[in-house]
Amino acid sequence: MLDFLISFIPRAVMQGIPLLYGSTGEIITEKSGNLNLGIPGVMYVGAISGVIGAFFYETSVPASAMNAWMAILIPLFSSLLGSLLMGLLYCFLTVTLRANQNVTGLALTTFGVGFGNFFGGSLIKLTGSEVPSIALSATSRYFKASLPFANQLGWFGEIFLSYGFLAYLAIVLAILMSYMLKRTRTGLHLRSVGESPATADAAGINVVRYKYLFTCLGSMVAGLGGLYYVMDYANGVWSNNAFGDRGWLAIALVIFTIWRPNVSILASILFGGLYILYLYIPTGTQLAVKELYKMLPYVVTLLVLIMVSLRKRREDQPPASLGLPYFREDR
Amino acid sequence: MKNKLFHIVKREGLPWYMAWLIRGAALLLALLVCSIVTVLVTGLNPLQVYSTMFYGAFGTARKTWVTFQKLAVLLGISLAVTPAFKMRFWNIGAEGQVMIGGLACAACMIVLGRYIQSNVLMILIMLIASVAAGAIWGFLPAFFKARWNTNETLFTLMMNYIAIQLAAFFIIVWEVPKGAGKIGIINQSSQLGWLPYIGGKQYLLVILVVALLTIALHIYLKYSKHGYEIAVVGESERTAKYAGIKVERVIIRTMVLSGAICGLMGMLLVGGTDHTLTTTIVGGRGFTAVMVSWLAKFNPIAMIFTSLLLVFLQLGAKEIASVYFLNESFSDILMGIILFFIIGCDFFINYKIQFQKHGKEA
Repeated sequence: MLDFLISFIPRAVMQGIPLLYGSTGEIITEKSGNLNLGIPGVMYVGAISGVIGAFFYETSVPASAMNAWMAILIPLFSSLLGSLLMGLLYCFLTVTLRANQNVTGLALTTFGVGFGNFFGGSLIKLTGSEVPSIALSATSRYFKASLPFANQLGWFGEIFLSYGFLAYLAIVLAILMSYMLKRTRTGLHLRSVGESPATADAAGINVVRYKYLFTCLGSMVAGLGGLYYVMDYANGVWSNNAFGDRGWLAIALVIFTIWRPNVSILASILFGGLYILYLYIPTGTQLAVKELYKMLPYVVTLLVLIMVSLRKRREDQPPASLGLPYFREDR
Repeated sequence: MKNKLFHIVKREGLPWYMAWLIRGAALLLALLVCSIVTVLVTGLNPLQVYSTMFYGAFGTARKTWVTFQKLAVLLGISLAVTPAFKMRFWNIGAEGQVMIGGLACAACMIVLGRYIQSNVLMILIMLIASVAAGAIWGFLPAFFKARWNTNETLFTLMMNYIAIQLAAFFIIVWEVPKGAGKIGIINQSSQLGWLPYIGGKQYLLVILVVALLTIALHIYLKYSKHGYEIAVVGESERTAKYAGIKVERVIIRTMVLSGAICGLMGMLLVGGTDHTLTTTIVGGRGFTAVMVSWLAKFNPIAMIFTSLLLVFLQLGAKEIASVYFLNESFSDILMGIILFFIIGCDFFINYKIQFQKHGKEA
């Protein structure tokens, strides 16, 4: 049993971390009243921007001369910049130009996934490699570095200390965001913008600024999920479409945790576990059953969504103005 | 007091031709930006690129047929989501509704194919099964929305993946040969359940069905009592209740209709064009349909043009990709740029910017 847990839990965690980033980002976005369905695209852009940054650093400097700080900071900043631009685009269209959020989000996802796959494909061509993927193993080594004594601690080290720094950053961010939402004035203002922008406006809160700030921040956090996926989970290997539908799963997670980033820490690991559970199910000849296991995260989310709406507890509901544009003169 | 340089005012009743003029201008601007991006990224002459795109969509008779078939499918799915959107019911579950319709169709062709020999009977059963499956997939979110106000966007999003995983499950159950992980062409030898080729053209039936659907839906939304009720519920649920419209019933009825049309499209895909079932058979068109429908302002006739635009872009970019050895995802980038422009231009249709005049300061 312990052997199973030692092999299962770290993999579930590594699956869960991109989802945790995505859901933390989407939660603070949704708390500002913006339903950003572009998160899957943003995560792709976050990943590919990091890859592009790392690619140029790796090709311009020989592996022996690589500086650990540069190897981490360059991909990190290019990733943040890429997802920030996506967030700004979304805000400009939905907040300033008051466009429909669903349509803008879907367009953003189309664009982002295409952007990732196009530039991923172009980089692959640039390297002239035979396989349809691009490997940045030197950079990945820095992202994956865990504490030096981690592997001397047996199962404890394996389960708790075997991850790269981005995994811990995800957890720290989730806790910080939870605290911010619940205990700080900024969080209170943010929630009021999401619940009733007109009231917030009347109370002197700058609705537009809050929406911009937290949607962009949310995008940047979500983009880190893409970066973690490619640099840590996938060992620095970018291959087109490998990220799959994790972005949508992150949005599912937002509902599943009823808009609470701290709950999302365990929930994302649970989802990560559900995502790979099929690998551990002894099905014998019934391979098809594995496909049904992959359905679990979505079914569970759906049930939570239904239960939440049945119980009608006020603190469990989606932000009241979620998905609606705000125009002061419209009232 | 801070003196703003300009302020934004809501426009009332811009004439329709002005609205379309603004959209046209946005489209031109978008194409211009696309050209610039193309030149920057590929170093190719943009005119050459657009002519290659045109060739990709209409260059040969075969390419033209494919374009029209793809147009028909995308238009059909867009039509399906439209009644719900008019009601402000954000159904982004067309992907799953089409998928489940296609799955039901494939199930009939594979499982019932052993017992039924008559092609007419088979197609009839396929039709009923697909439409019913799509309708159920539409009914569930609508029921919860009407009864308990469950968020429909998130509900339908989850239903997509449930449908896709169900399809993945059955694809392995029915795989041919064992271990292949795919179904292959269904009933290849007997062609049982294949929709008839009209005049020897495989895609003509699908195109005709969607053409009829376009007209029918236009009439339904514009001239029928149901269509009127949908519009009122979309404007304001309270008004609808006050006017004696049973809002719950309208929501459920409309979503069942949406789902049923999606199911029908699933059948047309599996029985009419592909003759197989894969998990990517819908290929994101359920999401693209949302944009098509919205870009056309929920007008079925205008949707012909918006879906043509998107299909043209996709096939055109595919052609560029193969001619100039680019990545196929280039089409998604172009599509994204064009969508952003058209989405953004709506602002200038709904609002106008008034600049503050000097000397009029308060």
